[in-house]
Amino acid sequence: MDAAGIHQRLTARFEASVGDCDVQAKDPFIRVEPAAIVPVCQFLRDEPDLQFNVLSNETGVDYKAKGVIEVVYHLYSYPHRHAIVLKVDAPRDNPVVPSVETVWKAANWLEREIYDLLGVTFEGHSDLRRLLMPEDWIGYPLRKDFVEPEEYHGISTRRESLLR
Amino acid sequence: MSLINSMPEMVITAKADAFLNWTRKSSVWWMLFGLACCAIEMMQTQGPRADVDRFGTAPRAAPRQSDLMIVAGTLTLKMALRTKLLYEQMPEPRYVVSMGSCANCGGLFQLAYSVCDGVDKVIPVDVYIPGCPPRPEALTEGILKLQEKMMKEKWLVRKEAAGEPAAA
Repeated sequence: MDAAGIHQRLTARFEASVGDCDVQAKDPFIRVEPAAIVPVCQFLRDEPDLQFNVLSNETGVDYKAKGVIEVVYHLYSYPHRHAIVLKVDAPRDNPVVPSVETVWKAANWLEREIYDLLGVTFEGHSDLRRLLMPEDWIGYPLRKDFVEPEEYHGISTRRESLLR
Repeated sequence: MSLINSMPEMVITAKADAFLNWTRKSSVWWMLFGLACCAIEMMQTQGPRADVDRFGTAPRAAPRQSDLMIVAGTLTLKMALRTKLLYEQMPEPRYVVSMGSCANCGGLFQLAYSVCDGVDKVIPVDVYIPGCPPRPEALTEGILKLQEKMMKEKWLVRKEAAGEPAAA
C-alpha cells in the first residue's frame, strides 16, 4: 500500500487525530497528534493489510524556532514491504509523548536515547533512564541551546590548541 | 668476590636498580583497554605478525595483574571515571600508554559533548603514540620507548634525595 492509501485508512479510523500526509517527500510522512500515537501505532501494526511489524527507527528533532520537538517514527512492514513515517510534535518547554514500547519492544532503547539526548519524556515507558550519557549528566546535548559544561567531575572539557 | 672468583661462569654482577628494571621491563603485562578502532590494531600488535610477546609483554584482562594500561581509543567522559578507577586498581609501578589521536587529545571527536579530550586529563601518561589508528609497528615502538623509560627508573634511591618530588 502506498502512503496515500495508508493515510486514507488512518483518517477513516482516527479522523482529526491524524494530520496531513506529505506524499512528495522521499520518505512520505503522516503527522499524528501526540495523544493518538499509541492507538495509531497499534492499528498500523495489527490491521491485516497494513502489518507494520517493525519499528526501524525512532528519533527526535529539535525545531527551536517553532518551539517544538518532533518525534519521528520509521515503520516498515516485512509482510507487505511498505514503509511509512509518523511525526509527532511535542512542545519544547515540556515535551511529553506517550511511549510506543507496548507496541514495539524495540522502542525501549530508542526512546531512552531520545530522552537522554533531547529530553522528551515518554509516558508509560518501563525504564526511562539515560542511555548514552552518564547517569548524573545535566542537560540534553542534542538541543539547539545546549551549552557544553566547563567540566565534568573535575575533568575539564576544554583543551588548549597545540598549534600556537 | 670469592664466589665470582671461584665460579666465574655461574655468577654475574649488576647494579640492583638495573637488575630490578631489567626484570620489570622484560615482563610488561598490559591491561586490555580497547575503547575503539585502535583496539583492532592493538590486537594485531599482539598477534603473530607484530608479536610483541617477544619483548616480554602479555595481555591481561584485569587491572590488578597489570603493569601497563594501553588506552586504545576514544575516551568518553562516562568512561573517563571508570578509567581512573581501573588505573587506581593497578599495582605500582604502573605505566600508561596513550594510543592514537583520540586517547592523546580527543582526536576527531574532541569537540563532541561526550568526549574526554585526552586520557592525560584523568591519569598520568608515559608514552603518547600518534596515529589514527597507529600501525602495529608504532605500538611496538611505543612499548620499546616505555621499556627504555623503565630502564632509567631508580627504585633504591629516595626520590626526595635524588632531587625529584616524592609524588610520582
